[in-house]
Parts: sequence; structure tokens; C-alpha cells
Amino acid sequence: MTDVAIRVNELTRTFGAFTAVDHISFDVTAGEVFGFLGANGAGKTTAIRMLIGLLQPSSGNARVAGYDVVGETEQVKRSIGYMSQRFSLYEDLTPRENIRLYGGIYGLTRHQIRERTARMLERLGFSGVADTPVSSLPLGWRQKLAFSVALVHQPRIVFLDEPTSGVDPITRRQFWELIYEAASNGTTVLVTTHYMDEAEYCDRVSIMVAGRIAAMGTPAELKGQAGVESIDELFVRLARPVGAGEEHRTRGAGLVRPADGEHQ
Amino acid sequence: MTSLRGLLRKEFFHIRRDKRTAAVLIALPVVQVMLFGYAIRTDVDHVRLAVVDPAPDVETISLRNRFTATGVFRTVAVVPRIADLDPLLQSGAAQQAIVFDARFGEDLQRGVSPRLLVITDATEPNTGSLLQSYALAVVNQWASAADGASAVPTSISIVPQVRTRFNPTRESKNLFVPGLMAFVLTIISSLMTAISLTREKETGTMEALLVSPLRPWEIIVGKVTPYLLIGFLSAVAVLVEALLLFRVPLRGSVVLLLVEGALYILVSLSLGILISARTSSQRVAMMFALLGTMLPNILLSGFIFPLESMPRALQVVSYAVPGRWFVTIARGIMLKGIGLDYVWRETLFLAAMATVLLAASVRSFKERLE
Repeated sequence: MTDVAIRVNELTRTFGAFTAVDHISFDVTAGEVFGFLGANGAGKTTAIRMLIGLLQPSSGNARVAGYDVVGETEQVKRSIGYMSQRFSLYEDLTPRENIRLYGGIYGLTRHQIRERTARMLERLGFSGVADTPVSSLPLGWRQKLAFSVALVHQPRIVFLDEPTSGVDPITRRQFWELIYEAASNGTTVLVTTHYMDEAEYCDRVSIMVAGRIAAMGTPAELKGQAGVESIDELFVRLARPVGAGEEHRTRGAGLVRPADGEHQ
Repeated sequence: MTSLRGLLRKEFFHIRRDKRTAAVLIALPVVQVMLFGYAIRTDVDHVRLAVVDPAPDVETISLRNRFTATGVFRTVAVVPRIADLDPLLQSGAAQQAIVFDARFGEDLQRGVSPRLLVITDATEPNTGSLLQSYALAVVNQWASAADGASAVPTSISIVPQVRTRFNPTRESKNLFVPGLMAFVLTIISSLMTAISLTREKETGTMEALLVSPLRPWEIIVGKVTPYLLIGFLSAVAVLVEALLLFRVPLRGSVVLLLVEGALYILVSLSLGILISARTSSQRVAMMFALLGTMLPNILLSGFIFPLESMPRALQVVSYAVPGRWFVTIARGIMLKGIGLDYVWRETLFLAAMATVLLAASVRSFKERLE
């Protein structure tokens, strides 16, 4: 196994005439925190869904943890954790039950589940609410729990789709501590977000605009190349429509796409 | 396998957490059977009878008494002229009328056939013809009794002995309750699975399950098994109710009936999965489950409307309604006491449906959501 955790090559997905993901290519190194940025509808979620085996690519290929996402879906699924944009825990179950459920689904032994549940609840400071239904916990707590549950089987790679949306700044901060902790344990993290300040926390980021990767590199590199103060500024530049005259274009005919050389 | 076990346990947790739903699931069929069992009846009872008797005498009164003595008819009006009858029938105050000729008694005394008119409200055709044959039976009995009493020699007639088998008292509840079991079980099982699966889609947990190494069939088995058990409990509850409350006979094997019931529930559950795989919101799934199972099961299962009297095309359509087969099986086992050697064809149909539907749902429930 090389130290490439995710290798994406010309990955494309079309829905009818609409190209949601348009020939994207990138590598993510093992242990890296890779930020996958983009506006809503830029194709982030579609791209992730192809990487986790929920969606068949139209063309191109990708390898996750060394396995092909089309041909070796089963092995891919065993190697990854996933926290979806929507809440993935069962709200009528308690944290303890949720952990046990996913532990069981990922084939952990009873002993492993018990031990990891205890460790996880302790780490999250959830000992007091371990047996309260998840629905009665604050959103931020639930998100942290969902993240830990996505890691219960100690996957090599974890995909986080907008994990912090709607969460208060303090909890977001704590959430990122959890992400770093996972990364320092060797887990590769691919995280999508539309909070640009969070982009600064990533080792490397890619910015997706209209199905294509418009920029990629470390936050410092990107800011330096574009001569901007923050990723936010760069993002606004990349994501803004190409020209007023093209605004009437339909989605199918051609999404507003930043042409190369448009942004110097 | 351990993954599947975890999923199963979770489903039971859901049900345990949501005690109200669980209670409804088990109690609802019992209540429904009770309501339907009392409501849907085609038995003729308390028939409102009007009598037009222009010249009351011993003979007419004797026949009138004969009617009331059956316990089925209740005389609501006795009027002298036939013109008085219309308002009674139109308002529904009377369902049936016997009209004596003015010379009824006189004719009878003279040995001439007296004239008697029986008018029946046939707004509901089945009830109408039923009432009519009841009334005719009463008149015939009265006539033959009168013949015997008067000892007037009559021409030789053949009097057939008749037996009605399997439901000798011809009570409609014996016909309906087995049908109701089919109806209630379908609704519960297909509705519950359809809702529970689409709920996971709506909340996003389905995605988490699909990303996990669980295989589609494992997800389906995990979701279906608990409801199979609940459906089975409902079936037992309904059966006990049918036996104790409605005194429907159970002449065949209980075990066979329950096994067939389980098979039928499986078919309904698979239908529920199929519905949920094709819909994305609980509301739509609920509508499809209700429309897709309730209507065919009321109209085309032979549960209320006899299939024999339907046009050929509809009879063919009814082959696709699982309820049709189960109703036949349940009635056969309960009323006729027949065994698998008589219902194997119906059983085979149900088994085939279960196989096809389950295979289809696993397919449409493919790993890649799209």
C-alpha cells in the first residue's frame, strides 16, 4: 500500500444533460486532512457519493484505500467511515445503542464494542447522557457523536459531508479537534464544508466550482498564488459568475464555469 | 451475520421505544375485525315488512302471523290500500311488502288459487333477492301447512331435502372474518414496512446503512423480520378474536392456517418494501401502500364481493391480488376443514408472489442509490 489514500482520475458523473462532476482528478495522501470546498450544488456531494460507492461514475475511475470504487465496492465500504450531510444517527436510540448498532454492522466483536463505547463516551464527555435518546441532545453534541460513530470501526479513511453545518462556533472548534485527533491517529479525512474559515484548518483544499476543481493546494499556496488574504476571498472570486451576459444560461447547457485565465 | 444481528436488534429497539405504534400495530387489527365483523353483514334480519290487507280475515291474518313468527320480519305497517304502500317503500320505512288480494280468503275457501303480491326493495340487489326468497319460503311453508290441515288432496310434488354445508346457518360473519384477516394483515404489514423504510430514507440513516458493508438483502431482512413477527402476532390475535368473539369455526389445522398466514404476511411485507424502494417520502409511501393494498384487497379478493360474479377480465386481474389466494385458503381451512392437499395451488401462488416480490425489492433496493 502506497501512502495514497484516495486517487481520483477524471471522475465524471452526468445526470441527463447536466454534468454534476466534470473530469475531476486529485490524490489524497494517507493521514491528510483534505478539504473539499465548493458552493452548494458545485458537485461536492455527488463526488463523495461516487467515492463511497453510493453512486456509479459515468466515466473515469477512483481508488479508495487502494480499492476500485466500482469493482471493489465491498472492500471500499469496509475501509471507510462516512458521516452524511443529513444526520445519520437514529434519534430514538441512545448514544450507547447507536454505537453498538454501527459497531455490530461493521462486524466488531462484543468485546470491542464494549471497550470502544466506553472510550468514546468518555472522550466526548457523554457519560451522563449515554442512555438518553439522541433526539434530546443538542445538535452540536449529536454531530460529535455522529463523527465518533463513523469512526467506530477505525476506518482508514473517513468522509465527512458538511459535518459542521448549523453548528455553533465553539462546537465547530471542538469538532475540528476531533478531526485532528483522528488524523493524528493516521486516519485520512476528506471533509466538505462551506465555512471558509474551516478551510484554513485543512492540510490541503480543493475548491470545486460547477463540477470542476477550480483550485487545489495548501491554504497558504492558494492564497499566495491568488494574492488574497483569505480562502474566503479566493472562493468568492472563483465562484462568482463568469459574466453578466451568461447568466441566462440553463444548467444543462453550460454551468457558469470559470475559464482559465479569467481570474488573474 | 453479526452485522445483521445488530440491525435486527436496532429495529426491535425502535419498536420498543415507540410503544404506542407497537400497541396500535397489534391492537388495530383486532379492533378493525371487530368493527368490520359487526358492520359488514349481509344476513337478513329485522326486515321491515308492510302489509296491504284490504279484507282481513282468518287466512290473511294467519299468513301475516306466519311472517312475524319467523323472527326475521317485523311488521311496520298494515294498510288497506296498495296506494298507501308507495310512501312506505320510498321513505324506507318498509323494505318489503306483501299485498293480499281483496278476495284472498274467499278464493282460498273456494279452492281457487288466491292472489298474493310480494314487493321487495331491491336497491341493494343481493339483499333484495335474499329478502324475496325468504318471503317466498315463508309463503310456501304456510301454504303447505294449510294444505295439510285442510287435508285437501293435492297433486304429487317432489319436495327436495336440502342441506347447506360448511356454513349451515349461512352466517355472513363466517364468510367475512377469514377475509378480514387477509385485509387487516396486508394493511399492517405493507404499510409498516413501507413507512419504516422510507423513514430511514427521509432521515438519512438509510444512507449510512448503504455505505456500511451490509448487503441489500441483509438490510431488507433486518427491516422485515420484526414486522413479520408483529404481523404474525396480529394474525394470532385476530384468529383468537374470530374464534372466541365471532365463534367462527376452525375445522382445519391451526398450524397450517398460521403457516399460510405467515406466508401471506411475507408477501405483503415484500410489497411494502417494493413500494418504499420506489418512493422517497413517508407520505407518498403511505398513500401507495393504502391504495395499492387496500382497494384490491377489498374489491378483488372475494372478501366482500364474490369473484364468481365478476367479469372475466376482473377475475384475471384478481389473480394478482395476494388477498384473493389467502382468503380462499383461510375460508377453506376454517370453514371446510381442508388441508394442504386442497389448497396447495393457492399456497404455491402465494409462495411465488413472495419470491418474485422479494427478489424485485432486493433488486430495486440496489446498493447504489440512484
